[in-house]
Amino acid sequence: MNWNTILIRYGEMSLKGKNKSKFIRKLKANIKAALSDLGTVTMRAERDRMFIYAEKPEELDRAVEILPSIFGIQSFSPIVICEPTLEVIKETSLKVLGKTETAGKTFKVDVKRADKRFPLNTGELQQELGGHVLRTFPDLIVQMKKPEILLYVEIQHEAAYISSHTYKGAGGMPVGSNGHSLLLLSGGIDSPVAGYMMMKRGVSFDAIHFASPPFTSDLAKEKVEDIVRQLTKFGAVIRLHVIPFTELQQAIVKQVPSNLSMTTTRRMMMKVAEQVRKDTNSLGLITGDSLGQVASQTLESLTAINEVTNTPILRPLIAMDKLEIIQIAEKIGTYDISIRPYDDCCTVFTPPSNKTKPQVEKVAYYESFQEFDDMVAEVASQRVTTIPSKQTEEDFEDLL
Amino acid sequence: MYFDHSATTKPDERVLRTFVDASESYFANPASLHAEGKRTEKLLERARTQLLETIGLGLTEGVFTSGGTESNNLAILGYVYANQHKGRHLLTTRIEHPSVLNVFRELEKQNFIVDYLAVDEEGRISLDELQAKLQKDTILVSIMHVNNEIGTIQPIEECAKIIHSSSRAVFHSDCVQSFGKLSLTDFADGPDLVSLSAHKIYGIKNSGFLAYRHTIRLQPIVFGGGQEHTLRSGTVSVPHAAALAKAARLLVEEVDMEQFRQWRNELVEFFSELDECKVLAPNASAPYILSVAFARITGEIAINFLQQQGMIVSTSSACSSKNSDVSHVIEAIHIPQEFQKGVIRISLGKHQTNEEIEQLKVAVRQLVELIRKGVGK
Repeated sequence: MNWNTILIRYGEMSLKGKNKSKFIRKLKANIKAALSDLGTVTMRAERDRMFIYAEKPEELDRAVEILPSIFGIQSFSPIVICEPTLEVIKETSLKVLGKTETAGKTFKVDVKRADKRFPLNTGELQQELGGHVLRTFPDLIVQMKKPEILLYVEIQHEAAYISSHTYKGAGGMPVGSNGHSLLLLSGGIDSPVAGYMMMKRGVSFDAIHFASPPFTSDLAKEKVEDIVRQLTKFGAVIRLHVIPFTELQQAIVKQVPSNLSMTTTRRMMMKVAEQVRKDTNSLGLITGDSLGQVASQTLESLTAINEVTNTPILRPLIAMDKLEIIQIAEKIGTYDISIRPYDDCCTVFTPPSNKTKPQVEKVAYYESFQEFDDMVAEVASQRVTTIPSKQTEEDFEDLL
Repeated sequence: MYFDHSATTKPDERVLRTFVDASESYFANPASLHAEGKRTEKLLERARTQLLETIGLGLTEGVFTSGGTESNNLAILGYVYANQHKGRHLLTTRIEHPSVLNVFRELEKQNFIVDYLAVDEEGRISLDELQAKLQKDTILVSIMHVNNEIGTIQPIEECAKIIHSSSRAVFHSDCVQSFGKLSLTDFADGPDLVSLSAHKIYGIKNSGFLAYRHTIRLQPIVFGGGQEHTLRSGTVSVPHAAALAKAARLLVEEVDMEQFRQWRNELVEFFSELDECKVLAPNASAPYILSVAFARITGEIAINFLQQQGMIVSTSSACSSKNSDVSHVIEAIHIPQEFQKGVIRISLGKHQTNEEIEQLKVAVRQLVELIRKGVGK
């Protein structure tokens, strides 16, 4: 017996009203993109669930591995579709359970009878199937609450669906169903997590990274590309804009007293990001700020940095502590990339001490001596945009 | 004519090529921050992934080591030291390789309790005994897959099932003699730690690997710069790693077990007809290792004679061949006294030919003639 279908149940979006079909279309497109490597997969979306079909069982196995990371899915089950007659359902149930280790496990049959013409009612069918299964698998223990194995049987007009396992989905909203933003991506631990949290709320984004060659290396850039690749697994194409930031940083160091240079650097980054945001039709800016974590993340600093833009700044990590952030980073697979030890633009020109309570007026005063806006426009226009997708690295085929 | 492939194999030319190429083009230290270091690190990680995939069994972690001995040492000491708070009882067999047995002897000195499973005359452990000896505080069981001296295959999958279903212990298997030849990937349940060595599979000497499940916590037994996730300090030799991954892939892809089986059956039949010989573990053993015991002569005499005829075979194990006493494996399988000192091991390799097998038979016949005439009596 091979699974031939996966049934997907929607998450939060099933509560939506008029816009629901838009959400479903988005989810379908995201799943399709995530499963694009699998050859024979086809999909069908209904109002309350979606079906994925594949001719090759190994493709469905692969889909089972990929689906838990796609937002907008509440849960999913590999199912077998069979003829909705009692005999066939009984026989198929046994085959479905045959794939599972049953010894000593708790068990329950759950029947949903959408087709009320079916000769047995729900309770009768439950009993009939339960008895049938127990005769073949006598080592199963019937348990109504939280059984380890749930044999789920759903009877529709044209077919019956049978499954023995339900996987938890990632929840949230389909990425892209809630607008497009721009993520400021440093290469540290926090910003990828911020991006992930916004994806969960259905926000798709471009990413912007500030590089300071020749002080920062290609490896630092590669690291950011790897982070973007990793985030892409959660169901969205992400464009990466790399900004050549060295000259602007040198101008800041020259013009602004060192204890305020960090504040100005952040303000300039915001201004550049603001430019890129407009060019990419993004609605908000996403940052990995977490309140009080470093000098640039005090309320005073955030106020001074915020002053240069009216765009909504989305800071999903603002109230989280570092350990929580690290836990998520590990879960989503960005942690190991983030801790690669390359300097980024923020550590290249680190002043000896930073003001934790910068005064906006003073910062603006020092900035007024330099035509920073021209430089901002200049570096924003010099950005290099790529879509880091599949790995293009050496394959070592000759060697290995 | 070389019949000692279980002691070591001649490196495959393609593996040597990888070693040379990697040494030339990927010589940078994989821990370095620069681009060359990064390239080398990528090759190292790719080699690791490929090797883990070749091993299968759901083992996703792995450390490159200096060979089977170090892998076995790290697996056992590393696990036991990191998990001794869970219990102090350990289980292994009487016929393990010295790199396993001597580690357990060492642990016994440190007040760990070690039980040694007995084997039958074919060298097989009993699953019932395994089940019976598992205790609440057993933390590690180490059972080799294929015995290096007599070739006995242990029922690894059944062992894993018993260990995993009725104890908290993890299961280490020394797969140095089986890897690449007997499939591990078919196991529904398998070991949690697996040791390999490169030079047994046409790879480069002084190179090995310990693969393990991601849930396993190990403690290092070598200390230094923290390479290999702190488990094995010292600059990693990427050429060795790449060569090992290549050797493993080539062997798995190309090994022809049917051919081995055929040769072995032929040899078993041949030796069984000779009264002066006894085939050890004829049924339970791997098709590429055949141990035979001669009555009335020592293994050394047999080896010397065969060598003069151009044939290289060995006593039961190269590792213990310098010791004149009967090996612990031969002792454990209880063969008749008269055969105990006359054991030789014939181990086959991938380049063996039918002609070589024939010539071996001819030489053995001559030897048997001499024994009949009273040599060595």
